[in-house]
Amino acid sequence: MSILILADHDNGQLAAATLNTVTAATQIGGDIHVLVAGDASGDVAKDAAAIAGVSKVLTAEADAMAHGIAENIAPLIQSMASGYSHLMAPATTTGKNIMPRVAALLDVMQVSDIIKVESADTFQRPIYAGNAIATVTSSESVKVVTVRSTAFEAAAAEGGSASIEAVDSGSDSGLSSYVKSELSSSERPELTSAPIVISGGRGMQDGSNFAMLEKVADKLGAAVGASRAAVDAGFVPNDYQVGQTGKVVAPDLYVAVGISGAIQHLAGMKDSKVIVAINKDEEAPIFQVADFGLVADLFDAVPELEGKLG
Amino acid sequence: MKVLVPVKRVIDYNVKVRVKADNSGVELANVKMAMNPFDEIAVEEALRLKEAGGADEVVAVSIGPTQNQETIRTALAMGADRGIHIEAPHEVEPLAVAKLLKAVVEREEPGLVFVGKQAIDDDCNQTGQMLAALLGWAQGTFVSGIEIKGDSATVVREVDGGLEHLEVKMPAVVTVDLRLNEPRYASLPNIMKAKKKPLDSMSADELGVDVTPRLAITRVEEPPAREAGIKVSDVGELVDKLKNEAKVI
Ligand SMILES: Cc1cc2nc3c(=O)[nH]c(=O)nc-3n(C[C@H](O)[C@H](O)[C@H](O)COP(=O)(O)OP(=O)(O)OC[C@H]3O[C@@H](n4cnc5c(N)ncnc54)[C@H](O)[C@@H]3O)c2cc1C
Ligand SMILES: Cc1cc2nc3c(=O)[nH]c(=O)nc-3n(C[C@H](O)[C@H](O)[C@H](O)COP(=O)(O)OP(=O)(O)OC[C@H]3O[C@@H](n4cnc5c(N)ncnc54)[C@H](O)[C@@H]3O)c2cc1C
Repeated sequence: MSILILADHDNGQLAAATLNTVTAATQIGGDIHVLVAGDASGDVAKDAAAIAGVSKVLTAEADAMAHGIAENIAPLIQSMASGYSHLMAPATTTGKNIMPRVAALLDVMQVSDIIKVESADTFQRPIYAGNAIATVTSSESVKVVTVRSTAFEAAAAEGGSASIEAVDSGSDSGLSSYVKSELSSSERPELTSAPIVISGGRGMQDGSNFAMLEKVADKLGAAVGASRAAVDAGFVPNDYQVGQTGKVVAPDLYVAVGISGAIQHLAGMKDSKVIVAINKDEEAPIFQVADFGLVADLFDAVPELEGKLG
Repeated sequence: MKVLVPVKRVIDYNVKVRVKADNSGVELANVKMAMNPFDEIAVEEALRLKEAGGADEVVAVSIGPTQNQETIRTALAMGADRGIHIEAPHEVEPLAVAKLLKAVVEREEPGLVFVGKQAIDDDCNQTGQMLAALLGWAQGTFVSGIEIKGDSATVVREVDGGLEHLEVKMPAVVTVDLRLNEPRYASLPNIMKAKKKPLDSMSADELGVDVTPRLAITRVEEPPAREAGIKVSDVGELVDKLKNEAKVI
């Protein structure tokens, strides 16, 4: 068996979720190769080669590969597929965009967002916003799989010494072209891999009130997240959204502030190790999943919390 | 230009699903069903395009058992012009759905297909991308903004790092995200009118697509339950518990 993993990166840095995908691949077993499709992405290839467990890094460098365009990258992966038992990617927006296109080109069904490897062909994945877990067996000749990063430990970023080889870098399909990005920049840790996350909901009332959460986050080295309601209301950008249709997080500590606890939100955070809820409504469903619940007005409790963190 | 909108019938998003006692699936009997929320957004976008003069017909298509016609009627009541129902068993995998939709696209020749980014039951997030692959079309996924200019469209995508703008050549498949628009409600008169709008029915066989599943779901179970927590009386107690009991700060 050998497994090809599509690295998620921005040409400069390897996304952490790639490491969790390597762990899932290790559990399946076999030779693990990582494909870095990008442009001027040599540093990413070096980082990928250093991941423990990876035996080979394949690089496809070209303009057309620079921006994760599925119409260009999917045919490249299709052309490399023979010889691999599994084609994998993290279930990030990049992986979710590209891998179903690969699967369809190969005429195979994809298994999305796995949370457990039972064997080389059997996986667990959440359905219905995580309210049920399905065990799925694929008899496809090549298994196309995306991996929920929070369900697998990160592989060690150091210690590997894979070879780096260039492959034919594919071509431009001429179907889509990159225009620009508007990325949120933040000094705080990345939401999906942060050890602590503090999220605000509609109860925050205003975007400027998120400054209160940011102060707590800075003291704890935490990332800041939000409910859909807070994003829809324009308090914070879309990439803050935690939930079924946003990001899935599973930090050591998740603090939900002014969030009611709708199932769609819980789907994105209920695997956190410790959950704290601060809400003025003692009936709020978020308290049903909270290890520590504080019934209080957030406008009193959050500043006090910040003060007590010293 | 014609716009095609696939609409899926799913468990209403407010329903708390229950796993069947024999672990064969989730309880669907007597459960409230509704149009997948993302598909409401897709229908809305198609209607807005038509109202702005950018499209002349909106066709809703659903794949599944006879009850899926209700979902198509909902789309028609929102304002879609015509419906197509493809009779198939409840469980049709995204790859087969994409193949059926490809067959419909070849008959209808739409300039755009608006698909939901994911269905809230199986959460696969595959169908749109697969359809684009099978057609050899451009794909704009997780889209929260779209502007059509001649034979291409600029889409704004919600990605992990923020937003990304892409130019996609038309015809294209666009998968819609939550913030693209706020879907309208169907008014009572429009619900009545929708009953008279044309709705064609055909079978998967007629379209020459094999819908045999490729994956086997061998077991469906409840996720592990979280143990009940406690209420703390004040911020001081909270900080103390986090430091000394949970040891997470
Ligand atoms: C298709 C679909 C997908 C969705 N995906 C997601 C998703 O990915 N993520 C997500 O989060 N949601 C998602 N939702 C939305 C979800 O159903 C809820 O509407 C949303 O999570 C509610 O956000 P909220 O808890 O911030 O707001 P609300 O439900 O309005 O709750 C606000 C809470 O703040 C409390 N509060 C108010 N003022 C104060 C105060 N001063 N002090 C303390 N507490 C206060 C209130 O008691 C209340 O509990 C989705 C919905 C649909 C239909
Ligand atoms: C408990 C359970 C048991 C299951 N058992 C089986 C089984 O035994 N065998 C089997 O093969 N599959 C089974 N399935 C899988 C399931 O029915 C299909 O995978 C699913 O219908 C397609 O995935 P999705 O809707 O999440 O796709 P997504 O890719 O998330 O859907 C995205 C979009 O595609 C469009 N779309 C998707 N489906 C349709 C449709 N039917 N009509 C119109 N538009 C559509 C919509 O626009 C939708 O928003 C089971 C699922 C569950 C939850």
